[in-house]
Amino acid sequence: MFPWLSVLIALPAVGAFGVTLLPKGADELAKRFALAVSTLVAVLTVVMAFQFKTGGARFQFTESYWWIKAFGVHWAVGADGVALVLILLSVILVPLVVLASWNDAERSGGASENPPKRSVKIYFALILALEAMMIGVFASTDVFMFYVFFEAMLIPVYFIIGSYGGPQRSYAAVKFLLYSLAGGLLMLVAVIWLYPLSARPVAAGGLGHPSFLFSELTHLQIEPTTAKWLFMGFFIAFAIKAPLVPFHTWLPDAAGQAPAGAAVLIVGVLDKVGTYGMLRFCLELFPGAARWATPLVLTLSVIGIVYGAILAIGQVDLKRLIAYTSISHFGFITLGIFAMTSQAQAGATLYMVNHGFSTGALFIVAGFMISRRGSARIDAYGGVQKVAPLLAGTFLIAGLSGLSLPGLSSFVSEFLVLVGTFSRYRVPAVIATVGMILAAIYILWMYQRTMNGPTAPAVSAMKDLSRREVVAVVPIIAIIVALGFFPKPILDVINPSVKQTLSRVHQVDPKPTVADQLIKTGARP
Amino acid sequence: MKAEGIQAASWLLIALPLAGAAILLLGGRRTDKWGHLLGAAMPLGSFAVGLAAFFQMLGYSGNARIRHLHIYDYFVVGNFKVDMGLLIDPLSISFVLLITGVGSLIHIYSIGYMAHDPDRRRFFAYLNLFVAAMLLLVLADNYLGLYIGWEGVGLASYLLIGFWQYKPTAAVAAKKAFVVNRVGDFGLSVAILLMFATFGTVQFAGVYGGIGHASQGTVTAIGLLLLLGACGKSAQLPLQSWLLDAMEGPTPVSALIHAATMVTAGVYLIVRSNPIFNLSPDARLAVTVVGAATLLAGAIIGCAKDDIKKALAGSTMSQIGYMMLAAGLGKVGYVFAIAHLIAHGFFKAGMFLGAGSVMHAMKEDVNMRKYGALRTVMYITFGTFFLGYLAIIGFPGLSGFFTKDGIIETAFNKGGTSGAVLGTCAVLGAGITAFYMSRLMFMTFFGEKRWDDDVHPHESPLVMTIPLMLLAIGSVFAGGFLVLGGFADFLAPVVGAQEHKFHWVSVPGTVTLLLMFAGVALAWMQYGARPVPREAPRGSFLTVFARRDLYGDALNESLLMRPGQWATRLAVYFDTKGVDGLVNGLAAGVGGSSGRLRRVQTGFVRSYALSMFLGAALVVGALFLVRI
Repeated sequence: MFPWLSVLIALPAVGAFGVTLLPKGADELAKRFALAVSTLVAVLTVVMAFQFKTGGARFQFTESYWWIKAFGVHWAVGADGVALVLILLSVILVPLVVLASWNDAERSGGASENPPKRSVKIYFALILALEAMMIGVFASTDVFMFYVFFEAMLIPVYFIIGSYGGPQRSYAAVKFLLYSLAGGLLMLVAVIWLYPLSARPVAAGGLGHPSFLFSELTHLQIEPTTAKWLFMGFFIAFAIKAPLVPFHTWLPDAAGQAPAGAAVLIVGVLDKVGTYGMLRFCLELFPGAARWATPLVLTLSVIGIVYGAILAIGQVDLKRLIAYTSISHFGFITLGIFAMTSQAQAGATLYMVNHGFSTGALFIVAGFMISRRGSARIDAYGGVQKVAPLLAGTFLIAGLSGLSLPGLSSFVSEFLVLVGTFSRYRVPAVIATVGMILAAIYILWMYQRTMNGPTAPAVSAMKDLSRREVVAVVPIIAIIVALGFFPKPILDVINPSVKQTLSRVHQVDPKPTVADQLIKTGARP
Repeated sequence: MKAEGIQAASWLLIALPLAGAAILLLGGRRTDKWGHLLGAAMPLGSFAVGLAAFFQMLGYSGNARIRHLHIYDYFVVGNFKVDMGLLIDPLSISFVLLITGVGSLIHIYSIGYMAHDPDRRRFFAYLNLFVAAMLLLVLADNYLGLYIGWEGVGLASYLLIGFWQYKPTAAVAAKKAFVVNRVGDFGLSVAILLMFATFGTVQFAGVYGGIGHASQGTVTAIGLLLLLGACGKSAQLPLQSWLLDAMEGPTPVSALIHAATMVTAGVYLIVRSNPIFNLSPDARLAVTVVGAATLLAGAIIGCAKDDIKKALAGSTMSQIGYMMLAAGLGKVGYVFAIAHLIAHGFFKAGMFLGAGSVMHAMKEDVNMRKYGALRTVMYITFGTFFLGYLAIIGFPGLSGFFTKDGIIETAFNKGGTSGAVLGTCAVLGAGITAFYMSRLMFMTFFGEKRWDDDVHPHESPLVMTIPLMLLAIGSVFAGGFLVLGGFADFLAPVVGAQEHKFHWVSVPGTVTLLLMFAGVALAWMQYGARPVPREAPRGSFLTVFARRDLYGDALNESLLMRPGQWATRLAVYFDTKGVDGLVNGLAAGVGGSSGRLRRVQTGFVRSYALSMFLGAALVVGALFLVRI
């Protein structure tokens, strides 16, 4: 079998290395090269995705080789429906980000007094390196390998924010790093703890040999107290990454200071590693502990939904506003994961994808605006629609998807999360639905302040989208609309994986209440 | 039963205007030249399909008139399956004909009305989008599809209220309409969640099939949540405040969306959900209370407005209040609700378009105090407006007489205290309606000229007046045609069969008639017999109360907006000083002072980061050594 996933990880990694070898000053070449590599990766992934059999084995395209035999570590990759759609999200966004941030590396830095020297080619090399790690993290079926990618992703992101970000980039980069490292260390302890547990003899609940393979670890018998500790180790790392309130304050700084293209990848993809990790590892490796922690996580999720939305309303900076809306949306995702019904989890998974696209589009268009106006402050704009209708139109569609307008992709996922949550936990679902009203306020108020009203003098000469920019943003808009009306194909891919997860945590969907009564009264439904 | 023949092509109803919107939006300026023609042709095409489907339906009898058309599977997750399908039945086809019929006339009118607007193409694109979404709303065979249409019309309404978005007032009004509607949507959403949790489906057939097995509390909860949704879309108390501001949109929009069709979606929702409301007297009572309160509130607001469009908007609120009241009365009430809805669609659309014609003549001035004597220069506009006026006040023999009196009679027939109270509200409302409509009539078309010096009014072109004439014909005859022509039997497959006979003479009818004449007379004394001042007098306490929309906005502002703003500020402060400060403080403890963290130099950060990684690696190694 063709080693699809290893190739997909290697290709951008080699590409990143290749970009660094280009001669100094060959910036244009570096950009084109990065675009070519990332497009190739996207095309290959799509080809691979078409060979995914929805009725087939859970993990497909699997490979497994010894990596560090002494520790029982494998290079093991494979993709189930959840991983597949997240890999697709990543590889589709990267070429569009490259295209959207074509001129950002030269221009970035904002109003810093002492702009450091920035290498254009390094920026694109970092993006490609990040792509390799993103694919790797979703494709890993070995927990240790997952951890390595999980931590390694910090490096390119740290340098992108720290070198190419806005005026407060250093502060934002260090904050991002400290948060992530703190979480990563907790997870590391948990990962290492798995080693002795798996090495125990089978009779003692172990595997008889050390292993980090996901497929083997699910057979571990872990005593409840230990499982709770391990769960917390993984969960806090993921909650910081996602981020879940109260671990969220790094995100507005990171997204606000990062160049817009990198913000797309940080908020659109990297944060999904957190929610993906919860769904995959927290639930399936420690099902009992996950059920134990459910009330807490649901509470934090609902707080996040409302609190993030209220904070978004109060923001004065475009990118920070979008970051806070994401905190609200991540609340929906974690709510869906821990509600543990098939609708809620499938909705949460689809939400990860849809949020990546719609927030990606918002950041990209916001980036276009900021690069023209030189400011991310909302009050620096006004009446942009009059001078740049196309830009305003794409911003509006992305925004409407952000407020989950039916007919656009986010609606399906948000609705599924709510339906799935409501069937088991009524009150959290109803409070979460309030987020819908707040979303209308933060999106439309932002749109009104930037796009409507009389044209501000400072933006009166603003150009509409260039051809390159149209190409960067139109595919995302098309996906948002298509998934809004035809969510079935992608949900069909996600459903079987979710079913597995649910059976691991021993949860079945609640029955419709009327069906119960029909059974009780003996009537046929 | 499955749809056959032309009904099997009912998807075209939605597809045509949707295609129109897509072509006009994606085609950009290239379609400027002919965009309005395409835009007007699409609803006409849908109207033709709708008519054909309607006549095919007449060929069937009884329950065979209810037909399904499966379009595609929206999604399947676990035991949750949503089939996107269309339901072609007497109720939906009535709406289809109203939406596409009146909609087509308004599109044609807009060709003339928007002729000088540089963005006319975009206007038609949005109008087409609206028609497509509205048709989905009324044709969907499940609550999720209905919800998609429901939000689609909300989007179209948002885009069209804010069509002249460079005016800050228009932009604010558009946002307000969307946000207030979202409050209603919250109700509709939770209703749908509750339906799935209860019945395991959101298809109409499944929900209505299982409703008899659900507990009384659940049924009432669903009913009240649906009512909240209906209040948002149909501008009923307490979610009425957006409609008056929505008049910022171009006048054809006010006619189509904010009078004839979209704002009546709440009434559709309740009548469509009649199996739910039939089982919950409490929910029905709530519907009637909302309807009765709004019909009075809207009428009172209509009395005090000098802006012709806002006066008509108050009237729309009030008339929809009548429809809601009727829908809450159940059984015969459903029939009168829809009959009044259709009749109102004709006369109110006609009057809004008439107001647009007047505004065109008066250089877009909307202040009726600067009108007067326009009957002498705008014969067609005046004539058609006058017929609409007679229809709305319930002049014997015209539309409103049949449908509104039917509602009043049904309210009294409910019996008991509630019947008497509701009926009295409805009768009083009829009197006030006669007053404010006559006031509008006299101020606009009668009396002496109060025009600005540079205004030279003239009749509008035929492309605008022909739709006015056609709508006037509907205003005259629609009500009688429906009520006397067996509309109750036509709707019977959807809302159940009922015995009903229209009484030409009845006690409530006579009282209503007397009050109507009193209202006209009072208006004549104040605005016909006496000159109308060009500046609005200060007015009594009651006038000010009505002018300020019964302090609805003030209430919203003090109860919701201000506290909301404070909560937002508090949250932002808490997040930056509290949560973030705490974390930064912790970080300061680890990595030096937080001040240093902020001022840290790039080079230093790099080495700092690298050392962190090295540290992490060391920890990893150490842990391994210990374990192994």
